[in-house]
Amino acid sequence: MLTVDAPRARSYTDRRNELAAASVPDISAALQKMATQVRLSDLEMINRAKLGHIGGDFSVTDILATLYGAVLNVDPADPTAPERDRFILSKGHCAGALYATLAHCGFFPEPELKSFAQNLSALNGHPNRNKVPGVETNTGPLGHGFPIAVGHAIAAKLQGSPRRTFVVMGDGEMQEGSNWEAAMTASHYQLGNLTAIVDRNRLQQGARTEDTKQLEPFTDKWVAFGFEVREIDGHDYAQLLDALKRPSSTGKPVAVVANTTKGKGVSFMQDRAEWHHKVPSDEQVQEAIKELTR
Amino acid sequence: MTQAPTKPVTYDCRKAFAQTLIELARRDERIVAVCNDSVGSSNLNGFRDEFPDRLINVGIAEQDLVGVGAGLANGGMIPFVSAAGPFLTGRALEQIKADVAYSNTHVVLCGQSPGMAYGELGPTHHSIEDLAWTRAVAGLKIAVPADPAETESALRWAAANPGPIYLRIGRYPVPSVNPQDVQFQPGRSVTLTDGDDLTIIATGTLVSRALDAARALRSEGVTARVINMASIEPLDTEAVLTAARQTRGVITAEEATTTGGLGAAVANVLVQNQPVPMRILGINREFAPTGTASFLLEHFGLTADGIAAAARDLLRAEHRDGRR
Repeated sequence: MLTVDAPRARSYTDRRNELAAASVPDISAALQKMATQVRLSDLEMINRAKLGHIGGDFSVTDILATLYGAVLNVDPADPTAPERDRFILSKGHCAGALYATLAHCGFFPEPELKSFAQNLSALNGHPNRNKVPGVETNTGPLGHGFPIAVGHAIAAKLQGSPRRTFVVMGDGEMQEGSNWEAAMTASHYQLGNLTAIVDRNRLQQGARTEDTKQLEPFTDKWVAFGFEVREIDGHDYAQLLDALKRPSSTGKPVAVVANTTKGKGVSFMQDRAEWHHKVPSDEQVQEAIKELTR
Repeated sequence: MTQAPTKPVTYDCRKAFAQTLIELARRDERIVAVCNDSVGSSNLNGFRDEFPDRLINVGIAEQDLVGVGAGLANGGMIPFVSAAGPFLTGRALEQIKADVAYSNTHVVLCGQSPGMAYGELGPTHHSIEDLAWTRAVAGLKIAVPADPAETESALRWAAANPGPIYLRIGRYPVPSVNPQDVQFQPGRSVTLTDGDDLTIIATGTLVSRALDAARALRSEGVTARVINMASIEPLDTEAVLTAARQTRGVITAEEATTTGGLGAAVANVLVQNQPVPMRILGINREFAPTGTASFLLEHFGLTADGIAAAARDLLRAEHRDGRR
């Protein structure tokens, strides 16, 4: 099990406290900075490991930055505190983005990122809660995170706890039937403490979602399943902050359909199916760094 | 002079399951029951009446069922996830692997009406593959209690000890076979009768039949050691190896497929450490024909007569081959 980077965890907590009173533009600027660092770390990890899922990592990065930078009630120095908010990355293949985010917050030392996908590393290609602090459940096979989030939200409700549960799914992942089983349960139990986020980048492993198995009318599906639906631009921090911070106004569980771009931030990767898990060449890495830091 | 044996009193282990779960829940508010429209078949009506909020019914949705269980555990609850064995282990096997075992959560998986208890409902509703499937999953303990007292003890153990476990909760009526104070412990078996000629290692419904077989063999001058192996994973390897050293062969008997359950587990230990003649009784890669649970047990030779016949066969072959 990796352990906390204490100085970084302290500065994370201090920064969160500062941002709590900041204006939305100031918070957005801070989140953008954090997201850029996460993307750069992830790029370096994938370049070193010569594997990873860079397209989905970059589409979900702004969601992760917003959650960890301004929304989740978590303490990297006490990652199993019973009253922490829970975050589950159901699209576990985007572990690279999650690891970079967790390291950025101090859940474990950033140099550990160099071990990503190396033999015997704690940082497997998919996250393991028994090795990586901050990971709530071992995901990888799709359609697992949402039911677990529902179970946690039921537990919080039974305990009368105000803690919240967030889960991020890929849009292609919504083809898994287990997610719709979970959606029915969340709605039946009126889990207003649950926020289900879909990283709607419109691409799955090999093709567009709509050409593979159509998801549209997507928000209508969520409405029909009994959710309070918020459709947003998943790279706009003001919209992300609002959609993720604001509690349910109806008592229904919240679904955030975050329209995103796969490979966001790097022009030659954006919205291209092959960057689902393509590894950039050294030249492409340099080009990507230039674009991300521009 | 032989006397017709009186029919022993038999019990449905689901009653012990339901009663024990209520008692545990009274003392520990973290305990919740999670089911898939199986309130009745899991005997959870009493639990629901007493703890309506703590019975979570996800409807007919087994993947959700196990995932919700893992989430409840993450939130500090102790979920007893209860569903008919075939659907729990078959439909949700990947959730059992990833969400429960690999994630190492305190989820108690309760496979109701296992084996061929659903008889005439047919192979879709039989849970004979569950032991093979769950044995293939690392970190998951597997328990097959043989009678109500052992069912109760296994439930208490599972509530008190964090970590993933699969319990088979028997529906087929069984007599009491263990001492009343039996204490279920993973990796520990109970030797019910001593014997020097051969060993019968049985689990669940087959334990009482193994005892009946041992009685029949004794009248022929053959003494059989009967071991109740309620803990399939981890296995009581010490008891298995001791039996192999002290007797002339080992018979295993289970209401499950022979490709991966108790027999396979025992063979795995013996063949690598103390090879002895073995007979593995169970269902050999066949879907059952139509029939009652009782008929099907007979059909597959999972009876006292079937076990005794296997014993005679083993001893005859062993004698012929002149091993001793």
